[in-house]
Amino acid sequence: MNIKKAKFWGYQRENGRVGVRNHVIVLPVDDLSNAAAEAVAAHIKGTMAIPHPYGRLQFGADLDLHFRTLIGTGTNPNVAAVVVIGIEPGWTKRVVDGIAASGKPVEGFSIELNGDISTVAAASRAAYRFMKHATTLRRTEHPIRDLWVSTKCGESDTTSGCGANPTVGDAFDKLYAAGSTLVFGETTELTGGEHLVAARCRTPEVRRQFMAMFDRYQEVINRHKTSDLSESQPTKGNIIGGLTTIEEKALGNIQKIGRKCKVDGVLDKAEAPTGKGLWFMDSSSAAAEMVTLCAAAGYAVHFFPTGQGNVIGNPILPVIKICANPRTVRTMSEHIDVDTSGLLRRELNMDQAGDMLLECMLRTANGEWTAAELLGHREFVLTRLYESA
Amino acid sequence: MIHFVVHEEGDGVGVVVVEGVKAGQMLTGWIMEQDKEVKFKARSDIPIGHKLALQDFGKGDTVIKYGVDIGRVVAPIAKGEHLHVHNVKTKRW
Repeated sequence: MNIKKAKFWGYQRENGRVGVRNHVIVLPVDDLSNAAAEAVAAHIKGTMAIPHPYGRLQFGADLDLHFRTLIGTGTNPNVAAVVVIGIEPGWTKRVVDGIAASGKPVEGFSIELNGDISTVAAASRAAYRFMKHATTLRRTEHPIRDLWVSTKCGESDTTSGCGANPTVGDAFDKLYAAGSTLVFGETTELTGGEHLVAARCRTPEVRRQFMAMFDRYQEVINRHKTSDLSESQPTKGNIIGGLTTIEEKALGNIQKIGRKCKVDGVLDKAEAPTGKGLWFMDSSSAAAEMVTLCAAAGYAVHFFPTGQGNVIGNPILPVIKICANPRTVRTMSEHIDVDTSGLLRRELNMDQAGDMLLECMLRTANGEWTAAELLGHREFVLTRLYESA
Repeated sequence: MIHFVVHEEGDGVGVVVVEGVKAGQMLTGWIMEQDKEVKFKARSDIPIGHKLALQDFGKGDTVIKYGVDIGRVVAPIAKGEHLHVHNVKTKRW
């Protein structure tokens, strides 16, 4: 397959970015607004509420991350329009203004002095107009470099490192050469292989930034740990799957960035990249947190290799699952989009496996639903940096 | 039939990729990087995804996989035995 020449059918947004889904979302600013958001989504067909448990009494960098994640989610090109609901008008406006900067249709509503019922009525009228608008939009054809692709693995086992993750690595090498915008992260999950990532950084400055992020996260682990982190990193599921240490898990994880692509830059959590290439995002290794941050950074398709069978999805970002463990593929087939277990039987080579993933990516980009979308997996998990005030 | 894979020559472990490996079974392994086959006898029952030792290890030895250090041995392991959290620990954290 010559991915450089491939095209996909997507929705071009006001800011030029191209999405592969056409969601109208109802986004609460805070936990208190979930009920109203869900009522609007129940009322206006085709819209989707994205409830979450945070947004009150956060401050400093943690609050900045909260806003960046919500604004980034609304700005993501897989979203056609956004209804924002908050308990009060100030922070609601902050989220609305952030999304409006992309030119996307967005309106905000606040509950105080109105109550849930009036707020739901007014917000439903906006959702109604936005859904009307979204259903008039049509897909247009775009070069593959316009598709932003993220990756993060989960419930990994040893088959991840020899099958599913190098499949992503092969696809990433091919997409990189085609000029795509890519991201990986999972800062602590590079422990034991950080030198390999550092060696792949394009410049000494990128290497210095990467190592600063890596060292900062190690310090967090060392400050809070009570054990060697067995059952957390690696997880209990990783250990059941045969992974013994964080070093072994990290070396498998790193297979996702292939053999050729360079790390062109680093990103803070939920930060949008400023150019093409492969980016490293300083991020949690917890699946839903990391995928939520990728969606907020503007990525349109996600590659999620798994060994033991992580079932994650995301509300706005299609999550493609790749698995090489024959037992997982057999017992959890409804969760797996790309079966590369043939790699471990020598029936497939890596080039073929990478192409199978890219073909699935193109089908997904053109509109085919992923396993996670069909099963209704919409995990939206905001990363918190510290306690609320 | 491939029973286990090895990332590269020199690694001290292989990964079992089929279900039901029993102690005493003769196994065929595939060294992926060098594309070579090897034969090995299992000395433990080893679940799919779990590792078998390709050499004898003593306490304090380093285990190599992907050509890189993946941890330290905390209990002796004989060639062909199951190598996992009961006999290998991280060197980090």
